[in-house]
Amino acid sequence: MELSGAEILIRCLQEEGVECVFGYPGGAVLFIYDALFKQDKVKHILVRHEQGASHAADGYSRASNKTGVCLVTSGPGVTNAVTGIATAYMDSIPMVIITGQVPTHAIGQDAFQEVDAVGITRPCVKHNILVKDVRELASAVKKAFHIARSGRPGPVLIDIPKDVTAASCKFEFPESISMRSYNPVIKGHPGQIKKAAQLLLEAKRPMIYTGGGVILSEAAAQLTKLVKMLGYPCTNTLMGLGGFPGSDAHFLGMLGMHGTYQANMAMQHCDVLLAVGARFDDRVIGNPQHFGEVPRKIIHIDIDPSSISKRVKVDVPIVGNVREVLGDLVKVLETNREKHDAKALKAWWAQIELWKAKDCLRYDRASKIIKPQFVVEKLYEVTKGDAIIVSDVGQHQMWTAQFYKFDKPRRWINSGGLGTMGFGLPAAMGAQIANPKATVTCVTGEASFQMCLQELSTCKQYRLPIKIVCLNNRYMGMVRQWQQFFHGNRYSESYMDALPDFVALVQSYGHSGIRIENPADVEPALKDAFKRKDELVFLDFITDQSENVFPMVPGGMGISEMILAEEL
Amino acid sequence: MRHIISILLENESGALSRVSGLFSARGYNIESLTVAPTEDPSLSRMTIVTTGSDDVIEQITKQLNKLIEVVKVVDLSESSHIERELMLIKVRAVGKDRDELKRMADIFRGRILDVTEHTYTIELTGTGAKLDAFIQAIERSVILETVRTGASGISRGERVLRA
Repeated sequence: MELSGAEILIRCLQEEGVECVFGYPGGAVLFIYDALFKQDKVKHILVRHEQGASHAADGYSRASNKTGVCLVTSGPGVTNAVTGIATAYMDSIPMVIITGQVPTHAIGQDAFQEVDAVGITRPCVKHNILVKDVRELASAVKKAFHIARSGRPGPVLIDIPKDVTAASCKFEFPESISMRSYNPVIKGHPGQIKKAAQLLLEAKRPMIYTGGGVILSEAAAQLTKLVKMLGYPCTNTLMGLGGFPGSDAHFLGMLGMHGTYQANMAMQHCDVLLAVGARFDDRVIGNPQHFGEVPRKIIHIDIDPSSISKRVKVDVPIVGNVREVLGDLVKVLETNREKHDAKALKAWWAQIELWKAKDCLRYDRASKIIKPQFVVEKLYEVTKGDAIIVSDVGQHQMWTAQFYKFDKPRRWINSGGLGTMGFGLPAAMGAQIANPKATVTCVTGEASFQMCLQELSTCKQYRLPIKIVCLNNRYMGMVRQWQQFFHGNRYSESYMDALPDFVALVQSYGHSGIRIENPADVEPALKDAFKRKDELVFLDFITDQSENVFPMVPGGMGISEMILAEEL
Repeated sequence: MRHIISILLENESGALSRVSGLFSARGYNIESLTVAPTEDPSLSRMTIVTTGSDDVIEQITKQLNKLIEVVKVVDLSESSHIERELMLIKVRAVGKDRDELKRMADIFRGRILDVTEHTYTIELTGTGAKLDAFIQAIERSVILETVRTGASGISRGERVLRA
């Protein structure tokens, strides 16, 4: 039996196990929407802006480890989705983006709503495919899903001209796929793993530094086992939070530009560093020259060879899937009878305790104005650390990363690489749809929130009971902080005048909102909001305008060159 | 340092722009780039001449390998290899220059492909340095037009680059 391209596409999505697609219709995708209408296996979530669609598909993927799918029309549909695609690309999120295109005969004619989707997205996708023939559609979809979720995951875009969705051919879903040009390495090299084990056992001042790769490869159990078995200190990057229990004694907190004093100091002064699914980026190790001044041996496990020795030279590179490699490493260490230097380790932990004693995250708990850190601490208490926290970008993101203890993976969702303001609300929608029963909270700021607030309408339509915690300081806080530190307190354009009344705003969308101005009201408000299981509640916390995120490593400085709160 | 990188990639539309886009996006140099299908029409062979430190070349190789359509990447400069470039050069060949240019073409083992009353079009093959030397050797003012292919390269001996 012959099917139309549009029907083939939907059948392929069903075969891939796609339960839900985030999208927005338009001229070039009308046949696809018609095919969607005629079936009920793939649910469609109608967003209010295509950026919302790509962020929601991204959030869905991050919260569930399923491939998020988004569907948009040609031209502005594609360009609006690009921010979300780039966001997913920077954080290696598996996602498939289906874009409509003008009919093949019109391509290149500057047709209405025509844009070179494949060209525009090329630098921010793992791969993209323009399907020019309906007979190639099924294999293109199969390929797209395969590429998106294998190896180092990432977004893959399929651009489908309108005439291809209308044309028909015999449908056959390819059972398997083999590509001579794409075969990611999964298993780590056994010799390298042995070398790594040896080096780890010889360490006097060991450190385990892990990133998003642990989350993406579902390796939290293997990592936890390794850390506890060795008794070594562990730190997570912003993307790696939840990969190791945040409340565990071996955990030194997040590292990096706003990492804890102890994590950054241990990172700088360790003699053997195990880097797992992390990429030594500028926000993590600061200036690589400064980092390189202390001699240390580095073991680096990553699925992407190009992440290894990119910014920092590595001694023992291991290319492979993090879960596989960590599993093998644990096995090697279990059979290795040689024990590590317990005395040196004790001394190292004693040093770390001294660093910890700096209490680098302390803030004024007696403040009469609401401190943002206090709100996050209370949020942790009220949700018992058991919520999926989706963050926007800015100071609130850093405070949440610092103060909310993530014990499990996929509970912390944020735009780490691209730093996309506006990510929070739509990503939270995706997370909530992937986990209908979970408590999903969006921590945001009044600036980030205004970038995608139209999605409040989507939340209403699908009854998404997201709790929005807005740390409202009337500034683009992180910009203001940098202006205070590095630009002589000249707060150029970082103050927002004419903010809306957020409570009234969310009410107009049919949600409820609470404005909180007093520290004593923080906990009751949170409790009240989280009791309302079936509705979206917006909590507008009026916080201290002058609060800064500490510690802070200024741009271009070494990771141990931190500004601490008391130094200001 | 100068490196000559050979890439075997799927002969698909867009593959070339993925490679060139990678170089511009990551700030790598391209001195020259040549590409054409191989004996297997589903594959293209590309030769890129680039410069960079060892670290940069390592990243270039890794980043190229990461492109989905790239089948294999080899840095030919790591071992003994042959490289050739073709140049077509049109020169004004009048008066005493006419004989002189014929002589020069012979010395450089070039071939005159096209002759008019006032011009010669000469074909020259060799390393980039040899082609440069020819341009240096003749009077600058007689050169009307040059077109060069950029280097193509292949390993010496038994080493082969195949899918």
